Amino acid sequence: MTEDELEQAFYRRIENEEKIEPKDWMPEGYRQNLIRQISQHAHSEVIGMQPEGNWITRAPSLRRKAILLAKVQDEGGHGLYLYSTAETLGISRAEMIEALQSCKAKYASIFNYPAQTWADVGAIGWLVDGAAIVNQVSLQRTSYGPYSRSMIRICKEESFHQRQGYELMLTLCRGTEEQKAMAQDALNRFYWPALMMFGPHDSESAHSAKSMQWKIKRESNDDLRQKFIDQTVPQIEFLGLEHPDKDIRWNEERGHYDHGEIDWDEFYRVISGNGPCNRQRIQHHIRVHEEGAWVRDAMSAYQQKKRQRAQAA
Amino acid sequence: MAEQNTRQDTLEYAQRLGDDAVVLGHRLSEWCSNAPFLEEDLALANTALDFIGRARMYYGYAAELADDGRDEDDFAYLRDQRDYRNLLLHELPRGDFAFTQARQYFIDVYNQLFLEELRQSADERLAAIAAKAVKESRYHLRRSRDWMLRLGDGTEESHRRTQTAVDNLWGYTHELFELDPLEQRLVDAGVAVDVAALRDPWREQVGTLLDEATLRQPADDWAVRGGREGYHTENLGHLLTEMQALHRAYPGCSW
Repeated sequence: MTEDELEQAFYRRIENEEKIEPKDWMPEGYRQNLIRQISQHAHSEVIGMQPEGNWITRAPSLRRKAILLAKVQDEGGHGLYLYSTAETLGISRAEMIEALQSCKAKYASIFNYPAQTWADVGAIGWLVDGAAIVNQVSLQRTSYGPYSRSMIRICKEESFHQRQGYELMLTLCRGTEEQKAMAQDALNRFYWPALMMFGPHDSESAHSAKSMQWKIKRESNDDLRQKFIDQTVPQIEFLGLEHPDKDIRWNEERGHYDHGEIDWDEFYRVISGNGPCNRQRIQHHIRVHEEGAWVRDAMSAYQQKKRQRAQAA
Repeated sequence: MAEQNTRQDTLEYAQRLGDDAVVLGHRLSEWCSNAPFLEEDLALANTALDFIGRARMYYGYAAELADDGRDEDDFAYLRDQRDYRNLLLHELPRGDFAFTQARQYFIDVYNQLFLEELRQSADERLAAIAAKAVKESRYHLRRSRDWMLRLGDGTEESHRRTQTAVDNLWGYTHELFELDPLEQRLVDAGVAVDVAALRDPWREQVGTLLDEATLRQPADDWAVRGGREGYHTENLGHLLTEMQALHRAYPGCSW
């Protein structure tokens, strides 16, 4: 088949909602777009271990410590799973890590905000994982088979994390005044950055149009964000907290909540490297990676020796 | 009266074992997002989780025996270092990856032997905890043993780091095999493990592995002890300060 025929066949399959698999022909743009998106997703899981990991040693009860350890471990597992998914497209984990460390690849900007208080652990589980799930449920229908399947699996664990985060917030809200204030403060700080996780408005989004055409992406940034805004209002009410958006109002006609505008200056500021923790996150990743080099070297040296001994025997 | 004394001794014993577990769990959890590669972040977090789970079981049992309204968190968060009775080996800072794995290996071999015995305890609750924990420790041992081989017999640097770790840890291993009067009473009652009897099998297993990993077994020319009497290194105070800070800052709260 000629290149044109292959491309036509590819688009027919996309049209028919068939999944594209690793060995199938695909346009180079499609492959690169997927590598960008999946590796960014993997990096987000891994960098996200830092703000939450920040509280493991200080968790206020043994039960919460165990839950948090298991959660952070799950996030690392998602990272592994997604790196493997990206590897099916012909890129290695080492290349992806190199792109992360040289800031060529991005990760979710939300993790450039600090987890300052214990309530932030709850807010991250509830709002950040909550926003991620809205996006990922939609991605379960993505056109690339391995990515779609990893989303199905990851969503199950993420919704568990979201419930745990919400339960942590609920416990604080039913506790002392100080605990409730801590919960309100975390909500105030994480609500807007969580909305920003869905990306810029559709009209401003660099990769959106092509991604929608390829069915990598199934719903627009603004539609997904609206879903999240709608589902979060009753959750905030149930906690008995104040909504951080003073313009939030039910719109009967639209069947959705109207809301205030996001501070897009802040969004672009943090994305372009000026958030509170951008440098810290990447430097931490680089430092740990460098500190671990001798361990990885030892592993391959030992493997090598073992092989040689087996051959000699 | 004798029964009452055994109950008090058992409470103290469960608390000691809980202290060992929570302190080591803390050290292991410090590796989360600090490990040499992602798989190891997961593995160390998972091991930490096993030890935190163990601490909860031991403290939970101690709380039941105390029957004075305290729960597992009161044991973990509201005692100061002089009241902590963990063996010192557990509290040493995580060090580099070789130090963490060498300590883990020593403790895993020990735990496998220890828990196998504790399963036979006349105290059904301790026996049940041991039955669950020994399965975890067998798995931990497979991993730490593999790491000792890879690091000991890997590169020159990894060999040097691992030998240094073994040398610096060795003096803390002696107290693992020492009984104080309380534990001796519990051994006589069939409740506690006679740890003195574990010394030879531990030495044999560890010696064989060190050989295979091209590492040298250190001389027995120094020993530090005192954990079971609450006589600690300076490291434990910092560990507890960090672990207990939030819990103590808001007294009486539910989390």
